[in-house]
Amino acid sequence: MKDLILLIIGGALINNVVLNQFLGICSFLGVSKSMKPSASLGMAVIFVMTIASAVASLVYDHVLAPLGMDYMKTIVFILVIAALVQIVEMFLKKTSPSVYKALGIYLPLITTNCAVLGVALTNVQNGYNFLQCVLSGFGTALGFTLAIVLLAGIRSRINEEDLPAPLRGAPIVMIAAALMSIAFMGFAGLSF
Amino acid sequence: MNKYIERLYNGLIKENPTLVLMLGMCPTLAVSTRAINGIGMGLSTTAVLILSNLVISWLRKVIPDQVRLPSYIVIVASLVTVTELLMEAYLPSVYEALGIYIPLIVVNCIILGRAEAYANKHTPVLSVMDGLGMGLGFTIALTLAGLFREVLGNGTAFGYQILPKSMDPIGIFVQPPGAFLVIAFFIIIMNAIGIKTRQRQLVEQECDGNCAGCSLACDSKKEEVESK
Repeated sequence: MKDLILLIIGGALINNVVLNQFLGICSFLGVSKSMKPSASLGMAVIFVMTIASAVASLVYDHVLAPLGMDYMKTIVFILVIAALVQIVEMFLKKTSPSVYKALGIYLPLITTNCAVLGVALTNVQNGYNFLQCVLSGFGTALGFTLAIVLLAGIRSRINEEDLPAPLRGAPIVMIAAALMSIAFMGFAGLSF
Repeated sequence: MNKYIERLYNGLIKENPTLVLMLGMCPTLAVSTRAINGIGMGLSTTAVLILSNLVISWLRKVIPDQVRLPSYIVIVASLVTVTELLMEAYLPSVYEALGIYIPLIVVNCIILGRAEAYANKHTPVLSVMDGLGMGLGFTIALTLAGLFREVLGNGTAFGYQILPKSMDPIGIFVQPPGAFLVIAFFIIIMNAIGIKTRQRQLVEQECDGNCAGCSLACDSKKEEVESK
């Protein structure tokens, strides 16, 4: 039990997917302009990444590994994720239009979010079982949401400051991200 | 200028994928801890980019328009798998150092971006030159960032000690925060001397109001577009 909780905390805080492993930077920098889209994207990522980790784990354990087709995992996973995002999109559109509306354009964008593929591949490399994969996917997505919502909060204040011209736009966001990354490095000192 | 040379110039300087287009940020930030990693990552991406541009340009009349993106992803994923296996066999040390970021070349936006923006409209030879230019532009930016971080954070360049041993290197630069700082400084310098990133050019000329893929804070522009 303790291991499983550690897996979530490790994914969310200690090995934060954005600030420590640099996966999903594009959407992290692009979408974090204001709070609401950031939260929506975070929700969408939690949703897709948890399911994608589960499905990728099942596909790997029951199809690829028995057939000895380990080397096909990159191709298979990216197809699984793309198909999954499509299915989730259609399913949500039918069953809960309100959630679908809230996630909006961010759902299809997740296919190209390298964090989802990255987590699926890392899980397999670490030899996690099904439950561990799901929890690690969930924890990682939680970390992504935390980071992007925090950055959105910081940026809404930065926008009101009078910055020197060369710093406006991407540079100041990256400096803010660097400071957040330093703060998150502190979690590496956690011991259980 | 010769149109083939023009492609190289375009990729290296005019539309440098990392510094001007700001594509492929994930690998740039992640593997630039050492200059040599930058070269390894840059060249493997270049190889995939050249081959994917070639194949996609060959097949551009065969692939139906509606399913082009899935087809591109499958082509790129196959090429990445080949590259990964080759590297594991012949360059195990680079393979170890780059780790998970090699399979993640599949989702590198430079590759899909060039397929969509260039290779599916041009001849194979031009597409190969475009891939070469873009790939080398990426490699140079990555190596430069790696060199900066290695010198400041470790006191070495390409593994050779260059700062005197008595000077303590600034460790933060080889840690994750250093990546954000170094790239931020690169862009600050470019902004200060007037080289505009693609996003900035777009916002100034013809902002389409698509703010999802843009990191600039341009609320005034957004209102302008929405009011149209």
